[in-house]
Parts: sequence; structure tokens; C-alpha cells
Amino acid sequence: MVEAQLSVRPESAGHMREADNPQSPVVRFGHDKPLRLDAGVELAPFQIAYQTYGTLNADRSNAILVCHALTGDQHVNNVHPVTDKPGWWDSIIGPGKPIDTERYFVICPNVVGACMGTTGPASTNPVTGKPWGLDFPVITIRDMVRAQAMLLDHLGIEQLFCVAGGSMGGMQVLQWAASYPERVFSALPIATATRHSAQNIAFHEVGRQAVMADPEWRQGRYLVEGANPRRGLAVARMGAHITYLSDAALHRKFGRKFQDRTNPTFSFDADFEVESYLRHQGITFVERFDANSYLYLTRAMDYFDLAADYDGVLAKAFRGTPTRFCVISFTSDWLFPTSDSRAIVHALNAGSARVSFAEIVTDKGHDAFLLEEPELFAIVRGFLGSAGEARGLKAKP
Amino acid sequence: MMLLRPKRDLTMAEAARAPGGARVDHLLVSAMVEPKSRVLDVGCGDGELLKLLEQRGVDGRGIELSREGVNECVAKGLAVIQGDADTDLVDYPDDAFDYVILSQTLQATRRPREVLENMLRIGRRAIVSFPNFGHWRIRLQLLLNGAMPVTDNLPDSWYDSPNIHFCTIKDFREMCEVAGVKMEKSVALNPWGAPLRLNAPWWFWNLFGEQAVFLLSRKR
Repeated sequence: MVEAQLSVRPESAGHMREADNPQSPVVRFGHDKPLRLDAGVELAPFQIAYQTYGTLNADRSNAILVCHALTGDQHVNNVHPVTDKPGWWDSIIGPGKPIDTERYFVICPNVVGACMGTTGPASTNPVTGKPWGLDFPVITIRDMVRAQAMLLDHLGIEQLFCVAGGSMGGMQVLQWAASYPERVFSALPIATATRHSAQNIAFHEVGRQAVMADPEWRQGRYLVEGANPRRGLAVARMGAHITYLSDAALHRKFGRKFQDRTNPTFSFDADFEVESYLRHQGITFVERFDANSYLYLTRAMDYFDLAADYDGVLAKAFRGTPTRFCVISFTSDWLFPTSDSRAIVHALNAGSARVSFAEIVTDKGHDAFLLEEPELFAIVRGFLGSAGEARGLKAKP
Repeated sequence: MMLLRPKRDLTMAEAARAPGGARVDHLLVSAMVEPKSRVLDVGCGDGELLKLLEQRGVDGRGIELSREGVNECVAKGLAVIQGDADTDLVDYPDDAFDYVILSQTLQATRRPREVLENMLRIGRRAIVSFPNFGHWRIRLQLLLNGAMPVTDNLPDSWYDSPNIHFCTIKDFREMCEVAGVKMEKSVALNPWGAPLRLNAPWWFWNLFGEQAVFLLSRKR
């Protein structure tokens, strides 16, 4: 029995419950505290779901904000409530790890527009009592950061010791440093850029069209109509996943190996291991992610162009910044190549910022920032250690 | 003062070390830097000099060509980026630093004069140290062997060497003259890292100084 088409599991809808009632602490902002969006509208009421790890010290100086990437969420260092998988950055965060939860207080919020408890298109629109769907306003990276600043005000944290994140998380880091320089003691943007490239916008558009081509998408009304564009979203994920790896990594991992067979089947079944792997990536992704959220968050990345807010001159975004930066890129990352990181460093130098920049040799592509990379760990540990000394943090609070 | 001659380090050559472990030329350079000032170390290697400067309260930044050197520095918490002295200094704004240091790197640049001019544009002062190709042992090797000298301090064969622009103390003085650069302080060191007599004439330094350190500024 061959299976040419992607077979997705029946609805589990774990993430649908998470959208309104997440298994995380939640802060609700009422009509008195609207989120002012770049689209020119206000979002109110809205909520932010977040996780914290470690202990905030007495003078509230040891908080690290971790910003998640496109399909990440707040469960950075705990078992995921929907997938039962370990936290997405368990490798680098935890007791004794480079982002040491015995020393730092780690906060990770779900971004606005996502689907794990912070208000997004899968959340219930209070006006209609139904999911927002495409009535949800288009959001930007700056909107995400503005919402995070409101969360920190609520938590009583004036200045962050560090803002860290990779990919879309790195975009938020850069936006934080530009929008609130006094609130960011140090910044750790990894595998990111100050603007999304044409190629990356193009990849995102393919993903969005895959979602929208699925008849189950129902013009974005699938939640109301009891449908779900799982095939479309899975295809979007499969395409995107290729961009997170590298040719060398795919070749090393899969080559042209067959999956559970010795000869080709002369069909469109997943003969090759790499096909089977990609299908698995697509199928598991739709279990935990909302298709409309995928549209909104990819759009937010596409719109990101930090220099555009500063007369097209990136250096102006960081002029006279007090923040210490550590910029990191990976040699085989072709989605956010080293040249993007160099542009950040160039602008920071022109603004006389204190900046470190390391390019790490790896064949693991863009996703390297999520993986066990000893050199990445040594650099993050060293950077935070020296910033901690400058900030006057004790070894253990 | 007893001086040791340890193994080769990352930057280039065997260097004399003071009893505390610091390189003598690094101590000389750091003594020329005012406390609390802003410093850019061009070609900072594994960050040894930057670390020494930071311990003295200096706000130090570094540029290093080799990725290994950069990543080692960043892991030490130093503000270092990957870059090339020949091409990347132009990106820095004027007067961004109090001092720009070029420690044992001048001879490895493609355009030493442009590098020096850029250093004195982005910094109010420059500190340059380099191995003196006019040292008598080098002259003697060339005279007797008729081949490019290989010494403890300059261990690479001519075809392996990153050092493409060797100069003597005399050569360097002449370039400073032409480029409108003022020499504020000069020190020459013998092979054991001890400074030569201050009142010695320049030809004596050029013959017996194995390396030299200069504090430079722009002529008015």
C-alpha cells in the first residue's frame, strides 16, 4: 500500500485550547491598556502568556528576556504541554547552562499573533465571541516588542539584563535595542537580520499560498466552520524546514538513502528518507500550530526593516546606544547569512556601540542556534559572564 | 628582572614576558594608555592585550582577522569582531576612540600607511609596535646566508609568513614623517624585552632594538 499524499492525523486541537486558556501564567490587559499597533489600530483587550525560570533578584537586575522564533513559543525550558517535547532551548538554558537559571531570571513570552496563549488570530474575538481569524489586525515585530514591554511593566522590571533570541527572536532583540535602549543592558541577536530579504519574503509567500490553497482554510474561517487546513500548513512547514537546514546537513543526514526499502517503488510514495523526514516535520507541526498564526507571523517578519524607521540609515537606530551587543551567525546559514549579521555589526560600529561578533563554523544551517553547539555555548557564557560583571551581578543571587 | 621566553603565541612570535606572565611589549603599550579611556585594538589576536587593558579599567574593543582568535576573545567576554585592518577601519567614525592600537600587526597589513592614517582618524592617538627588521641579527643573517632571515621572533619562512611589509625603525620613522604623524613616545626593546637606553641615538635603536613601540598623534 503506497501513500503518495501527505496523511495528517485526525484533529487533536491541543493548541486550540491553548489559544484562550494556556497552561502558562497569563497577564490580561483591559480596554484601559490597549496595544497600539503599527497598523494604526488598537488591540484591546488582549493577553500575554509567558513562562519564567529562576528567581528575580532583589534589585530586579538579573532578568533575561528570551524572544522566540517564528514557530516557537513560551515553553523554552519546560516540557511542552501539547507535544510533550522538551523546551525548545533546553540546550542553552537551565541550571549551570550558559543562560544559567541559577543566576538569571528568564522570561519567555508568547508573541502577539501566535497561538499558545498570547492574543492572536486563533483567540476569541471578544466582540463576536468567535475566533478572530482574518479579522485579527496585521501585526509587526515592533508590536510584539511593545506588548513585551507592557508585560515587563506589569512584572515591575525596569531594565532587562539581556534580551536574547534567534531568527525572528533576533529581530525582536534588535527592535528592543532600538526602541528601548535604556531598558536593555545587553543584547544577544543570533542568526538574524535587521530586515527580511527578498528571498526570505519569497519563501514565506510560498508557505502562505500553500495554506491558502488548502480548501479547508475556508478563507481563514476554518475555526468557525470546524475545518483545519492541515495539509496546506504541513506543506508550508516542509518548505520552510528545508530553509532551516543546509545542503551539507541534508546530505550528511539522509543522502539518497531509501526509507525502509531497498529499491524505488516507482510511485510517489516517500521512497527517500529525506521525504519521509520532511513529511514527519509537516505532520507534527500542524498538531501544535494555528494556520492563520503562521500567516500573521510570517507577515510580521516580512515587514521587518529596522532602518526604514530611521530614514533608511541603520546606524541611526543604534546611535549612542548604551547596550552591549553580541552578534552571532553560522557559516552554513543561508536564510540569515553572515553578511546580514555583518550589516548589524557595521551599524553598531558606526554608532560606537560595544559589540562582539562571532561567526560559528557549522554545517547545520539556520537551525544551528537551537542545537548543541559548544562554541555557541562558550560564547554566550562568556558574553553574559562579562556583562554580568559590568552589571554587578553576583555569581548566584 | 628575570625574563622568560615562552613558546609561540597566537599573534606572531615568541615574546618576552614579565614575571607576572604579561608580555613585556603589552605592558609597555598598556602603560601608554590613560586609564578609563576608549581603546580599539586592531589585530587583537587571542585578546591578551585587551584583557590586560580591561583589567586596568580601559573600555576596550578589538578587531581580529582570524575566526579562531575572534571566537576565543568573545568567549572571554571581550568586545571583539572579525575584521581586516586594511578594509574595515574605514567604517569607523572620526574620533571614536582615545587610542587605536596596532600591536605586532603593521607588518602584516597590505597598506601600512593607509592603516596608520585611518588609525589616527578614528583615534586621537595611535600606538604601534612591530618587529624591527633592522636588528643586527637579521642584518647579519641576510649578509651571511643571503636568505630571508628566520629568527625566534620571526619564525616563518618567507613563503609562509603573513608578514608582507617588514620595516626597520628607521623606515617607520620616515613613513611617519611623510604621513604627518607626530611621535610622542618611542621605546625599543632588546631581545630579552628590556628597553634600550633612552638617550641612545636612533641608529643604535635600529641596530639593537628587536622590536619597537611608538605612541603617535596627528601633527597640528
